[in-house]
Amino acid sequence: MSRPFLLAALAEFDRLDGGEVLVAQNIAFAVVAVTMLVSAVRMVTTRNVVHAALYLVIVLAGAAGLFILLGAEFVGVTQVLVYIGAIVVLFLFGIMLTKGSFGDDDGVEGEQRLMAGLVGALVLCVTGGALIDTFGGAELSRAEPSLTADVSDMIFSQYIVPFEAVSVLLLAALIGAVVVARKD
Amino acid sequence: MSSALLAVELAYWQQTVIRALVGLVAVLLPAGTLVYLFLFKMMSFMQSRLGPMEAGPYGSMQLLAEVGKFLQKEDLVPRAADRIVFKLAPFVVLISTFLLVLVIPAGPDLWFIDIDTGIFLALAVSSISVIGVLMAGWASASKYSLIGGLRAAGQLVAYELPLVLAVMGVVIQAGTLNMQGIVMAQATGEIFGWGGIGNPFIITQFVGFAIFIVAVQAELTQPPFDMPVAESEIVTGYLTEYSGLRFLLFFIGEFATAGIFAALAATLFLGGWYVPGLDPTSNLFNVIGPAVLMGKMILVAFLIFWFRFTYPRFREDQLQQLAWKVLIPLALANIVVTGVLKVVL
Repeated sequence: MSRPFLLAALAEFDRLDGGEVLVAQNIAFAVVAVTMLVSAVRMVTTRNVVHAALYLVIVLAGAAGLFILLGAEFVGVTQVLVYIGAIVVLFLFGIMLTKGSFGDDDGVEGEQRLMAGLVGALVLCVTGGALIDTFGGAELSRAEPSLTADVSDMIFSQYIVPFEAVSVLLLAALIGAVVVARKD
Repeated sequence: MSSALLAVELAYWQQTVIRALVGLVAVLLPAGTLVYLFLFKMMSFMQSRLGPMEAGPYGSMQLLAEVGKFLQKEDLVPRAADRIVFKLAPFVVLISTFLLVLVIPAGPDLWFIDIDTGIFLALAVSSISVIGVLMAGWASASKYSLIGGLRAAGQLVAYELPLVLAVMGVVIQAGTLNMQGIVMAQATGEIFGWGGIGNPFIITQFVGFAIFIVAVQAELTQPPFDMPVAESEIVTGYLTEYSGLRFLLFFIGEFATAGIFAALAATLFLGGWYVPGLDPTSNLFNVIGPAVLMGKMILVAFLIFWFRFTYPRFREDQLQQLAWKVLIPLALANIVVTGVLKVVL
């Protein structure tokens, strides 16, 4: 999940270093990136499902940190609110409600391991390639972080149709979940 | 932060050290004040007793005595517990508290971070504490802790929505997410052309204020929303297995968060560090701003603790119904009305 984004960020930082070197940003980026990578590897190798979810928290927090390093404050904060505050909490909630045993799980080493690896590699290639292809030559504004007002102006003018389409899609998913869950 | 006050240019690392120290004070001072004023004294008076009287005049040194007691206790970890997660959990809750204090301004030049996303960042980092609570509940390897942790998570997720939606009305009216901008909008606002006291948003956003206070009460897992730590049902929920220093950290986290949420409510609805009748850009506010904010914070905290000591506990289903069937529709209606009026007026 984090890897395609990391590639794009690396490309951006190589570009930035062409001019004046941003030492603090680079050090911060290195620390965040290494933490994310180690946590991502531990997430898929740990034998304890709850630990895996907690490693996922570190990876997502790192992604939020990278967004802030790139000056995208609003996206970074949204990442914390949506992914850490809501989605991982629901993951943990679900795991804790359903998991019978405490401690390591023996059943996680399934035969789906190869398939999961293939799908992961495929997603990495496709999204990484698409990101580099689209944003490979893009310059990042180094002067100011992007303003929240600008982001909202873009959403409600230039990108109003995709925004509304996503809203309707989410509403449909919500109603679908209620229909599936209701017994009567 | 302090360069405007001292008229001295400070290096970045010096500013950072000052910010860290002030941040520590800004977390611990409200927590200590609330525990002494409300938990020790107000609760006692409401129950016709005196509260702590022995340590210092009127028991004012009781806090230090309590901290000393907790520090001496053994830091127990249950044998079946997941040691690392168990030990980390209180720190995750504290991280959330410390990040929360960053967005609150205490004067025109007194701020930790003056960022564009302001209140949105506060609401985002306040949700990190849920993870700490779930970690504590799960890692304790005790059924009371697990049930407490699950109750807490369900409650915090449910009440985060009204909390965010209640703030939306203020954000629409102020036209910014930035905390400094929200204070300025109230300081320079006018009520039907009369600017005598500015325009504190509690007047126009009273519904939002009420929803915010109820949601804060639930977020703090205080009575009447204290099912996660209901002592008559599940011992003390996710805190059951904690002792000594780590229990103290959870305790400080709870009351510091109460203070910070009260300060957030004071900033959003009562005008923050601003006092009517003075020029909001005046340097005077860099001196009296923190005291003004502290006073307003204690006022809001008084409301929160008044409810805490007055009402009995809800049932789990009543709690969820209040959030989903009353507070959220009410908050959405408030947003619609505010939005329409903002465009019309």
